[in-house]
Amino acid sequence: MTLALKTETPPPAPAKPRQVTQSHRFDAELVAVTKRYGPGAPAVDNISLRIPRGSYCCLLGPSGCGKSTTLRMLAGHEEVSDGAILIHDQEITHAPPVARGTSMMFQDYALFPHLSALDNVAFSLKVQGVARGERRARAKEYLELVQMDHLAERLPSQMSGGQQQRVALARSLITRPKVLLLDEPLSALDPFLRIRMRAELKRIQKELGISFIHVTHSQDEALALADLVVVMNNAVIMQAGAAREVYETPSNAFVARFLGGHNVVQRAGGGEASVRADQCVIGARPGLRSLPGTVSMIEYQGTAVRVSVTGTDGEELTALMPTGAFFNDALELGQSVRLSWDPADEHPLG
Amino acid sequence: MSTRKRPLSFYLLAGLTTVFLVYVYAPMACLYILSFQGPEGGMSFPMVGWSTHWFQTLFSGEGQGLGDVPGAFQRSIRLAACTAVLTLVISVTAGLAYRRKFPGSGAVFYAAIASMVLPGIFVGFGIALMFNLLGWQVNWFTSGIGAQLTWTLPFGLLIMFIVLGRFRSSYEEAAVDLGASASQRFRWVILPIILPGVIGIAMAGLTSSYEETARTSLNVGMGNTMPMEVMGLLNAAATPVLFAIGTLTTLISFSLIILSLVVMTQLAKRRSMRTNA
Repeated sequence: MTLALKTETPPPAPAKPRQVTQSHRFDAELVAVTKRYGPGAPAVDNISLRIPRGSYCCLLGPSGCGKSTTLRMLAGHEEVSDGAILIHDQEITHAPPVARGTSMMFQDYALFPHLSALDNVAFSLKVQGVARGERRARAKEYLELVQMDHLAERLPSQMSGGQQQRVALARSLITRPKVLLLDEPLSALDPFLRIRMRAELKRIQKELGISFIHVTHSQDEALALADLVVVMNNAVIMQAGAAREVYETPSNAFVARFLGGHNVVQRAGGGEASVRADQCVIGARPGLRSLPGTVSMIEYQGTAVRVSVTGTDGEELTALMPTGAFFNDALELGQSVRLSWDPADEHPLG
Repeated sequence: MSTRKRPLSFYLLAGLTTVFLVYVYAPMACLYILSFQGPEGGMSFPMVGWSTHWFQTLFSGEGQGLGDVPGAFQRSIRLAACTAVLTLVISVTAGLAYRRKFPGSGAVFYAAIASMVLPGIFVGFGIALMFNLLGWQVNWFTSGIGAQLTWTLPFGLLIMFIVLGRFRSSYEEAAVDLGASASQRFRWVILPIILPGVIGIAMAGLTSSYEETARTSLNVGMGNTMPMEVMGLLNAAATPVLFAIGTLTTLISFSLIILSLVVMTQLAKRRSMRTNA
């Protein structure tokens, strides 16, 4: 069984899945939200965030940074200790999950193992007492949206991870959420499928016009998908902004390091700055700043070569060199080199 | 691929296992064979002809060494059925309560489990004594079922913990997310997923009630249960009817186990049948 994706034309969206609401400014808003599990450091510490209408928002950070807890508070599966949560400008801080207009897609998909794909998708309609014929017809529409209608009668155990995920997505979308919450939705897939599914998620989000809030620890995923990247660490938001803005102008050393592809260096005038690794070269050049070190790792990456240099203080610096430039003057491990960059490329960190 | 030589310990342990299995099953095999003893035969080998005489004696309900077996059987089944149903209902509901911690949950858990290690005879004696002190009559329906529950409930509860331990909490969260009420979650999500374990609890309740004597004997009131009746027959003039009882009991137990396995596989089959349409 292969995952045949019909890529020609996207299937027609189910009739009016978009939520028709009076004009609201933000799809979701967190106001000074805190989550404490007990005495000691809070899991989420006084975070505020506004997610504009129809955004693809990624909560990005290392494990334990509070991103999943934040998502679960939005979903109503976790009590908020302090602060308020708004969906479509309505306060829903303590509302039960079903009354919030959110729907959550779980990391393990949580498809009911005893129900077929169709019955899983139809579950929320069954709960509302929709008649069998109608709920099956509507569930079928949503299975078509995720291109799973041909496997409608399969049990979760008879589907691959990618197929289960599509069904889980349909099961969430059939509730017509105002905001869809996705908890590391791609982490259980193999790398090839992950890239395909993320394109699919983006397509569906655009098609429905609702906001998706997607928790991930993958920088690539966040940069590829998000209109709004929210980088979290240690229970707080380190930076929130458009993908390009966050990547090119990280506001602190954590964001620069976590997003990868950056070196954090000391500025001539004091303070720290980030320099993108692809703007660094090996070898001293006139007019460039440089640091001495030894080559500690060389990784061939197809389009570029990644050279890691361990500086005199043990700090790790990286130059991402075009393949041609690297092989003109190949380096060896342990070689003493200088890593250089143009001071104009330095981006000061706060 | 070269076959790896097994170490000596493998053969020693395999031998030990064989000895153990023979020790368990050989006496039972003797019993089954002896139940087909001829009408003139006695309680031991040699076989004096083959017959189903002792089974006929058992079913006719008349003859030497029979005592009140049919009555005892009826009482035991009645008791076991009630105990199994109560064990099932109480274990499942108590297990569900343990999905979340509550004040004193640890203490209640240990108190419930500790009754597994209490000496059964004294538990039974204590219950009978208490009934006596309160001036109540011991009766199978009250003290009898109560005494048996002290034995079957801890097992039911433990099975339920294992079952729920394997139940992913995200199933229930997903059901909440999709708007299911508590009773809808139980009927449509939790129960179908844990059903095999629930059947297991009922079976465990049934069989452990049927063969329990230590707690039961002083508390059932009038009339013996099966194990008590068999004990009595062993002490009195014994005939191969006893073996016939043993053979039948084994047959019934195995039938029950096979039946519940069939039910469980049928449930699984029906699911996949439905999905291959």
